[in-house]
Amino acid sequence: MPEINEGFAQLSEQLMLVAGLAYAVAFCAYAWDLVTFNQAVKKGLADQTASQTAVQHSESAVLAGVGARGTAGQDLGSGPQGRGVRPSSKTHGGPDGITAGDSMRYGKERRVVARVAVALTVVAAVVQGFAVLFRGLAAGRVPWGNMYEFCTTGSFVVAVVFLIVLTRRDLRFLGTFVIGLVLLMVVAASVSFWTPVGHLVPALQSYWLIIHVSIAVMSSAFFTITFAMSVLQLLQARREVSIASGKKDKALVMRLVPNALSLENLSYRINGIAFVGWTLTLMFGAIWAEKAWGRFWGWDTKEVWTFVIWVVYAGYLHARATKGWTGTRAAWLSIVGYLCVVFNFTIVNMYFSGLHSYAGVGS
Amino acid sequence: MKETVVEDPVGQEPKDKASKGKAAKGTAPKGGGSDAVLPQLGVLGMFRWAWRQLTSMRTALFLLLMLAVAAVPGSLFPQRPSAPSEVTQYLKDNPVSGPVMDWFKLFDVYSSPWFAAIYLLLFTSLVGCVLPRAKIHAKAMRSAPPRTPKRLSRLAEYGTVTIPAGSGVDAETAVRDAAVVLKSRRYRVDIRDLDTERPSVGAEIGFLKEVGNLIFHTAMIGVLAAIAFSGLFGYSGQRVLVEGETFVNTLASYDKFTPGANFAGNNLEPYSVQLDRLVVKYDRSTEAHYGQPLDFTATLTTKDGPEAEAKAQTLKVNDPVGIGGTNVYLVGNGYAPVITVKDGAGKVAFQGPVVTIPTDGAYTSLVVIKVPDAKPEQLGFVGFFLPTALVDEKGVAFGSDPDPFNPQLNLNAFTGDLGLDGGIPRNVYTLDTSKMTEINSRNLDAGGIVLGPDQSYTLPGNNGSISFDGIKRFAALDIRHDPGQVYVLVFALLALAGLMASLFMSRRRVWVRTGNHPDGRTMVEFGLLARGEDHRLAGEYVAINKALHAKWLVPMDTAGQNGEQGQSTTNDSAQGVAAASKDH
Repeated sequence: MPEINEGFAQLSEQLMLVAGLAYAVAFCAYAWDLVTFNQAVKKGLADQTASQTAVQHSESAVLAGVGARGTAGQDLGSGPQGRGVRPSSKTHGGPDGITAGDSMRYGKERRVVARVAVALTVVAAVVQGFAVLFRGLAAGRVPWGNMYEFCTTGSFVVAVVFLIVLTRRDLRFLGTFVIGLVLLMVVAASVSFWTPVGHLVPALQSYWLIIHVSIAVMSSAFFTITFAMSVLQLLQARREVSIASGKKDKALVMRLVPNALSLENLSYRINGIAFVGWTLTLMFGAIWAEKAWGRFWGWDTKEVWTFVIWVVYAGYLHARATKGWTGTRAAWLSIVGYLCVVFNFTIVNMYFSGLHSYAGVGS
Repeated sequence: MKETVVEDPVGQEPKDKASKGKAAKGTAPKGGGSDAVLPQLGVLGMFRWAWRQLTSMRTALFLLLMLAVAAVPGSLFPQRPSAPSEVTQYLKDNPVSGPVMDWFKLFDVYSSPWFAAIYLLLFTSLVGCVLPRAKIHAKAMRSAPPRTPKRLSRLAEYGTVTIPAGSGVDAETAVRDAAVVLKSRRYRVDIRDLDTERPSVGAEIGFLKEVGNLIFHTAMIGVLAAIAFSGLFGYSGQRVLVEGETFVNTLASYDKFTPGANFAGNNLEPYSVQLDRLVVKYDRSTEAHYGQPLDFTATLTTKDGPEAEAKAQTLKVNDPVGIGGTNVYLVGNGYAPVITVKDGAGKVAFQGPVVTIPTDGAYTSLVVIKVPDAKPEQLGFVGFFLPTALVDEKGVAFGSDPDPFNPQLNLNAFTGDLGLDGGIPRNVYTLDTSKMTEINSRNLDAGGIVLGPDQSYTLPGNNGSISFDGIKRFAALDIRHDPGQVYVLVFALLALAGLMASLFMSRRRVWVRTGNHPDGRTMVEFGLLARGEDHRLAGEYVAINKALHAKWLVPMDTAGQNGEQGQSTTNDSAQGVAAASKDH
């Protein structure tokens, strides 16, 4: 067993602190970006002055958008049942003016603050990457053996996944949520879950730790992003309905966010990938359980919650093909699924007794 | 069940179902004697209605979510299969609510009738969903791609190619060429209307998506069946083995044995396992995790049968030993102090290692010694074994380290009736003192018994003596035989493959229609349609567009212009060839 390198461990913690600060600044930048956008839109609207025409414009556009639901969908056979929206990624460019384009591709306008925010996220992620790396080097093993390490590595993966998605789609409107969650995870890890670096207990000394936990962390990262998207989807759907019924657009900043349907479509795709990841988590976990405890499934508390999460997301995937369950209800299922993930990670790890009690918190 | 296809028989209007439900309820009791002209359903109709309800997507979704909710209480309350003693304790602590919860099977959630009801209904619903879909899909796979739509321009993706005059490619050749192009992209193609002015080709790809979906759902049934199968034929047992002891795989040598329903006692392989040594390593290098276990290694001598050769094997956590069709797992360990008890007559009444139950990280271990052979009265001891004993300011000994640096036995002694003669099974780890008299404890003048290694103590009142002769370790072994689990794995892998196919593959249709323009050019239009969501359809359009252009050596950038020219001179319904100015 390699020696614990305390120097690397300290370096890792200092880097984690720097990364946390960088995330905090990035988070503020994302928020600032939203605020400046909000003000710009307000100013733009004031310049137009013809508020009447603006309302009419947005109304008809929304009607067009909403009307597309449930009409042409079936004979075209595209999109989920009852949807007439073509899922092919064409640039529609937000024709209605009340939501961003559903393509989620980068537009022409330069959002300086958003660029700064992304740059800061990159810096923070790189620093955190080194922090995670040095934690692993300090212990001479993969850096996911207790809750502190799950949480720091997990938040790093969330940030990286978000950055990777950013290279293909303009999801910077999600930044406040996703980087906010990352910041929360880093803070929670450093404040509540902090554990000094150490060797693994015998139960965790297996190559399955590398496979099982890394896939679980990765899937959770995807679920984190779709959680943020589903929350936005609910907000946007409410706003769309409210505007369609002739009310004033109160959340101008939501013009930066694509319409609810395209949010739903993208989060469905990401959830599909994450669901396969979670299935692998479950299967690899079962194989490891067979090797470690002599049974592949024993309804241990952690196994129960992994199963519950799997079933909830399976329900989510089915809901998308069930009449009356698309849209808002599916989004709620995605949110419930994520809450189960969080519950499984925090409450189950810390307060439930079971075979998976490796939290290392308080010991 | 994954995605709804147009022909899906289960994707009905909810309103439709509700009215049907009313009809069924309304007619059944009245027996047709009412004025309302409602269709008679009868028993068969009722059954059909119930079946349709059960196999509907909404019911399946509802059952799925129910399953998630129903699994939760199993994590909130102790469960009998995994923690029977905790359940007993819970029932003791909650004498009022406990039995009620027990009646609702909240301590046996996963074998409870209501949990079974949910998953059995879910799987019935699944079968009812998969069978018709499989039938429809089998038919779809055998039949030609659907007929070419009249207006291709209305499809999700649409494009045109104009083959210049004099290229020698007429409408018929163009259709055949297009079929070749699509075939090389692994489409299934069908050329039609060759004898008309507007020949076309229909093509379809991605049948594996639905196949994957069906495989996933069928494999889930397989997983459930395999789990049931392993429950029938497998067995599991526990055995605590002290260093130097040998375990022979017979029913009598198990401490606890749980056979599957169809298990016959005579099919145990008569192998033997001897625990030579158990070495435990603790973390001594870091201050933060000082004393945390790092490694448990058991050295075994195994024999496949009574006459077989002895083999040296190593057993570790996460690394079971396979022998005689079973796996042997190291699931626990602890100390077994070697103790000798002499009775009042000076005869050795008990001698050997006593397995103790560790209660914390410092291996503060519970000791119970029963000496039924002691005379004149039976003897019983209860107390703690501390590997490294320290004394706190109140004079109470406590364990401070899991390694045996300063081992100590702290015992209370009892005389009287151990209650073993009544034939009632007793837990070896608890001492029933109801018919016994305490002769040694901290509260008595005689005091408690405190023993270091190689020390002995003479019991008060001519009851004999007890001595602490040494320390051995024990290993708690799980022995498992599960013939079904390999099938579970196979079905799970199948399910995974099916899931990935159904989520990541796309089913698409492409139609290409051609026509000869009076000015000699050949007009080609094509449209793409996705079944279900397909964000890569646009990419496929681009690829096909490129392939078609390459096939006829038509330069890409002029395609749009040609299309427009074509429209201005074509008198017939060239079906929106004009719309060629697509934003691609």
